[in-house]
Amino acid sequence: MPQRIPNPSAPITPQPIRSGIDVAINGQHFRHTGDPDLPLLWYLRDVLRLTGCKYGCDDHSCGACSVIVNGKLGRACALTMHDVANAAITTVEGLAGPDGKLHPVQQAWIDEDAILCGYCQAGQIMAAVDLLGRKPQPTDADIDGITNLCRCGSYPRIRRAIKRAAKTVQGRSR
Amino acid sequence: MTAGHDPARRRFLQILGTASGALVVGLPAFAWTPDQLLGQNLIRLNPYLRIEPDGTTVIGARDPEVGQGIRTAETRILAEELDADWNHVVAAPMALGVTNAGGEPHWIYNHQMAWGSNSVPAAWNDLRAVGAAARQLLLRAAAQRWGVNVASLRTLRGVVTAADGRKLGYGELAQAAAALTPAAIAPALKSPSQYLLVGQDAGDVDAHDIVTGHQHFAIDDWRGDTLVAVVARCPYPGGKLAHLDDARTLKVKGVSKVMTIPAPSAARATGTQQLAAGVAVLAHDTWSALQGVAKLDLRWQPGATAAHGDDTLAQSAAAVLQGDPTEAVRSDGDFAHTAKRARYNFQAEYRFATIAHAELEPPNALVQVDDQRAVVIAPVQNPRATFETVRRLTGLDPDQIEIQLPRAGGGFGRFLETDYVAEAVLLAKAAGKPLKLMWTRADAFAHDTYRPFSVHRLQACADRKRKLTGWQHRIASTSRLAGREPRPRWWLSEMHPDDLPAGLIDNLQYAWYALDSSLPRGSYRASAHAVNAFATECFIDEIAHNLKQDALQFRLTLLGAPRQLPYRGHGGPVLDTGRLAYVLKLAADAIGWSRPHTHGHGFGLACHFTFGGYVAHAVELSMEGTRLIIHNVVCAADIGRVVNPLGARAALVGATLDGFSTALHQQITVKDGHIAQRGFNDYPLATMAEMPRAVQVILVPSTQSPAGAFAMGFPSAAPALANALFAGTTVRVRQMPIWPEFMRLL
Repeated sequence: MPQRIPNPSAPITPQPIRSGIDVAINGQHFRHTGDPDLPLLWYLRDVLRLTGCKYGCDDHSCGACSVIVNGKLGRACALTMHDVANAAITTVEGLAGPDGKLHPVQQAWIDEDAILCGYCQAGQIMAAVDLLGRKPQPTDADIDGITNLCRCGSYPRIRRAIKRAAKTVQGRSR
Repeated sequence: MTAGHDPARRRFLQILGTASGALVVGLPAFAWTPDQLLGQNLIRLNPYLRIEPDGTTVIGARDPEVGQGIRTAETRILAEELDADWNHVVAAPMALGVTNAGGEPHWIYNHQMAWGSNSVPAAWNDLRAVGAAARQLLLRAAAQRWGVNVASLRTLRGVVTAADGRKLGYGELAQAAAALTPAAIAPALKSPSQYLLVGQDAGDVDAHDIVTGHQHFAIDDWRGDTLVAVVARCPYPGGKLAHLDDARTLKVKGVSKVMTIPAPSAARATGTQQLAAGVAVLAHDTWSALQGVAKLDLRWQPGATAAHGDDTLAQSAAAVLQGDPTEAVRSDGDFAHTAKRARYNFQAEYRFATIAHAELEPPNALVQVDDQRAVVIAPVQNPRATFETVRRLTGLDPDQIEIQLPRAGGGFGRFLETDYVAEAVLLAKAAGKPLKLMWTRADAFAHDTYRPFSVHRLQACADRKRKLTGWQHRIASTSRLAGREPRPRWWLSEMHPDDLPAGLIDNLQYAWYALDSSLPRGSYRASAHAVNAFATECFIDEIAHNLKQDALQFRLTLLGAPRQLPYRGHGGPVLDTGRLAYVLKLAADAIGWSRPHTHGHGFGLACHFTFGGYVAHAVELSMEGTRLIIHNVVCAADIGRVVNPLGARAALVGATLDGFSTALHQQITVKDGHIAQRGFNDYPLATMAEMPRAVQVILVPSTQSPAGAFAMGFPSAAPALANALFAGTTVRVRQMPIWPEFMRLL
């Protein structure tokens, strides 16, 4: 038997639609209700604890925080939450499949041991994913277009890893 | 499992109970170091090795990982002597190993430091013994189980095999092995011919976590209700706060507190260096703290001594070089007399800018501290110095202080310092909450421990046969030991008395002159080797050119017959001229030194002995308009037995690129009394496009003990580049950064 609902003491007034910024990050939906000027970098790191996206500089020069926003490479420190409203964002944590199967670029990084200190590598991987999306068979000159900084000098292995990933992807699509 | 009689062993077994019968071995496991017996180490600390019943072999890596590949190398060394199955090995980073010995720290893991490419040599001595001891226990456990003689058993990839073919996995033996008392004498180590892992390529053990974004660097850590602190620091050396209004800051949502860090005072030492005066904004997240700092209304008062820029220092150098040296580092024969009578005389002045570390992970520290305990999670190269800083600031006992050693985003010497940890401890104590201190990139440039500025005056002379008969190298520099050590020791970080060409030229003088600077200085990859090798190797190149000698032959003649020279510095006790000549020849051959050169291409060579490693670089480049194209680079290295060639190659390629990048563009300058550089836009690191597409590394097979790798590839890279630039353009650049000067001279 249904329970009797008591009469409310006050009339129910419709609530305004909750304000905020919707974003989809690695396929999951989030609503940010704080400062719209919050850089995406700090939303990812401090709010969602997606720390693969790294802080490295204050002038958008290093690329350690590279992410993909609506299919385009972006630097999370240079984008505010306002900028990414309703956007679909992929971070390094979202590259592998749900079963943990690595993205070909991630696997190529392991196979070429493109690591050294590792701090910049998540950003380098995102830049490579973006490059291969635009240019599935990149030339050396295309690879030179990546401006992410590596302090340790892993560039030659990054270059090899990108070429290896390009081969893997090409092999699969045949 | 039954408990033994020894109380330490009983406690050890209790621990093992929770680890479900795992074998745990600490270092060293032998009676010859009675204070570090197996068991006592393990009561509260990470062990070096744990074998789970399922065969999972957890190996502890004790030295801080800063990109030099030590976690992988150390794990391989131990796994080799253990005869472990690499597929079942898990590398586990260890915290600083310290116990309380009557109020004083007792270090229980021996070497724990990322400095001077020293981790692998130390691990080679210690960790092979740990692996061998554990293997011996497993063999004895198997022998007991089967009732056979230990000598009849073999191990291979985590399995013990009896003469009759019966097999037991290490996991199945772990529990029984853990109950055995280790032998009093160390078991024999493998002969190199038995190696299965050492000398073979291994990818970085953290690679999977790094490419998936799951690797936790210190900056990625978080502890419950943590406050984030960002600090506005006085930009003037030794300056103090003159005015503070934090009203607008306190209105920022998320900001909880503003605190001041007092001006430095000699009476209040905090760590390895003085802290700058600062105003800290504590907030619930990084962005709020950053905004809070931006809204501070601040005025700083400069300190007693203005910041010294390189031009000021160069003037001081010119003055001090007129007088007597602070230290007569070396004097062989009679240089002045020889120079007067010589057929040929040469001189040159080289100059090296003040530079910053620019490690990609800025200084940061997560600190949890109360009156019972302190936990520090920070990028750290010198865990003991970090510990001492925490101890001094908290007054806690040694066993109440935990220094965790997460992977660091580079280091290059910056994280040998503890200033950022000191700041975080002071703030966390005052805040009474876990606190995460974040430095911005601008902070990291403005408050680095810079590589010293130096001016080098070189003179040399040769006889009629064009043989070098005299050499003089005088350095004026802002020693990084000034302010840390007594003045008579300052030269030690700046000039090495046995560096070549000492021992090769009869009349030779090395002298060092102190330069004062108000900027903090510190260790930097390969430290003085990097600049001294540049001056020496470029000057040799100049002389060879002026004497119309081939630069390779001239060097080989100078090095002479293969022989061992005494070497008192780090990397000694001897320097083998034959090993250096060999890598030089290898590099020259590989670049095609003696083949006809492509028109317009410049070829350059350089070699240097650093910390026990012999490395030579050969570079081929050309100019396209004003654009530098580096076509080929060879790095030939004799660094003793190589534990992990894949990792050593990474370190040598990295050092080569770092050597180029640092030498080409980098300089810290002073403007309006403070550091001008705030980011990579005004302190450019080389990008992919500017760097060679590949570096050919040649590793010399060697049976000598491993020498490490990280620093070795750095010093000879830049002089080889500068020598190639001269060969290709006839423009001789005698300073770092190379590029602005090259463009001026071109």
